Amino acid sequence: MEALLQDLLGENLLTTIVYCSLPLVFILVYALLAILGEVKISAWMQDRLGPMRTGPWGIIQPLADVLKLLQKEDTTPGTANKPLYNLAAFLPFMASYATFAVLPFSSEYVGADLNLGAFYLIAVSSIAVVGIIMAGWSSNNKYSLYGAVRSAAQIISYEVPAAMAVLIIVLFVGSLNLSDITVAQEGGFWNWFVFGGPKGEVTLADGGVISASWANIVYFPLFGATFLIYYVAGLAETNRTPFDIPEAESELVSGYHTEYSGMKFAMFFMAEYANMFVVSAVAVILFFGGWQSPYGTTIGDLAGIRWLGAVEEFGWFTVKGLFFVFVMIWLRWTLPRLRVDQLMHVCWKVLIPATFAIALVVGALVLVV
Amino acid sequence: MDYYSLLFYFFAVLAVGSTVVVVFSRNIIYAAFALMFTFLGVAALYILLLADFVAIVQVMVYVGGILVLLVFGVMLTKNITNVDFGGKSMNGFPASLIVGVIMGTLILLVTRTLWFRSDVPLVPENTTKTIGELMLTSYVFPFEVAAVLLLVAVMGSAMIARRS
Repeated sequence: MEALLQDLLGENLLTTIVYCSLPLVFILVYALLAILGEVKISAWMQDRLGPMRTGPWGIIQPLADVLKLLQKEDTTPGTANKPLYNLAAFLPFMASYATFAVLPFSSEYVGADLNLGAFYLIAVSSIAVVGIIMAGWSSNNKYSLYGAVRSAAQIISYEVPAAMAVLIIVLFVGSLNLSDITVAQEGGFWNWFVFGGPKGEVTLADGGVISASWANIVYFPLFGATFLIYYVAGLAETNRTPFDIPEAESELVSGYHTEYSGMKFAMFFMAEYANMFVVSAVAVILFFGGWQSPYGTTIGDLAGIRWLGAVEEFGWFTVKGLFFVFVMIWLRWTLPRLRVDQLMHVCWKVLIPATFAIALVVGALVLVV
Repeated sequence: MDYYSLLFYFFAVLAVGSTVVVVFSRNIIYAAFALMFTFLGVAALYILLLADFVAIVQVMVYVGGILVLLVFGVMLTKNITNVDFGGKSMNGFPASLIVGVIMGTLILLVTRTLWFRSDVPLVPENTTKTIGELMLTSYVFPFEVAAVLLLVAVMGSAMIARRS
């Protein structure tokens, strides 16, 4: 992919900028689809039709929403702290865009193929909390501040089980590189980590070898449980129902972004949708084979056409990622909101001990087998 | 000037500039948020030195942990906007003496050290493995001492919090 761009544009700064902007294009297109999906799916779940008037079957509705947001007046509360109020709108999206840098969209496109990919992802996503607190405080509104404090407490707590779940897979693979973790699951859906990991032998880029053994029987339920823990923790980190306590409309108006309007509100909205995809994509990379196709090979590879294989891999990655985004939407319109004490109970007394226990067992098995 | 120097000066100015805000700002919230840019600037400088693991630890521990805790704590206190801190200078002479000595030592160190330049182009390596091995072999004692120290600190703070 980088080579292709260099052929087209030459080896200069422009190529780098274009290369770095590709995920932005992806996010914009995906956000439009996800907004449409959200309104339509919520409508069907409540036995409604949803938007039907903008375009055939309402499919231009998200575009109309974007135009509306662009035209809206950008209001700032008179008592708000203006510099921080303006800056805060961009930090959460910045943090989630930064995580896109290490997502392997296909074997041909990874923004930065870092050796520390998984670690980087966990570290960078924590910058969003600073933006949320900044937004809540600078709005000078008690609902915003409550929302920010709740959100920060929630994200900080759920970062622990999410990071531990990532660590369990990292322990098994022996690499923090997300491309390596994807490659470790090659050869068909039965080799994905959610189904207990590779059933044959896999050689990684740095020469490490993962081979099958009797321990796969143990890994199968353990990795399945790890996936569930990761997904629940990830859901909590995106602040979506059943974990939308920071935005609880019935109590806090809209949480930390109560005062924001127009494009600044849209930035928070985009950050939420981008985060949903990041969480789903990480779940896909760690447990569902990343860009690997479920039958182990691609038509492009069989026919010997490299670009077609890469496009198919990108397709698989997106389809799997969007499926988990769909599950998030599904959960949002099915489950009621948790209480704060239930939220903390689930995190500190259920998820964290469970991840530690799984990490111990997996670590011991990796050492022994 | 190549991209490397450009990036270096950009992040160096970011780190130093935001530190100036941290030190001289009268508003404690501004100081706390400026600290974020200091941490990020320093992390970027680590990356320019090819210390990727240290850079990410910097972001993880300082931005994701310490800074959030700091801002959280500041926000839960009353009247954050008009906390009067640093209104007057006190103990000017001893403070400037100590700062002067430390600064002088640092400047001496920087100017006296024989910095060497490598002409070999540096390639980022997989540093995590090496750091992990060193931490659990040659440096296991300081590593464990730091761990015990943190444990003691946690227990101490829990005890202080319980008593009141």
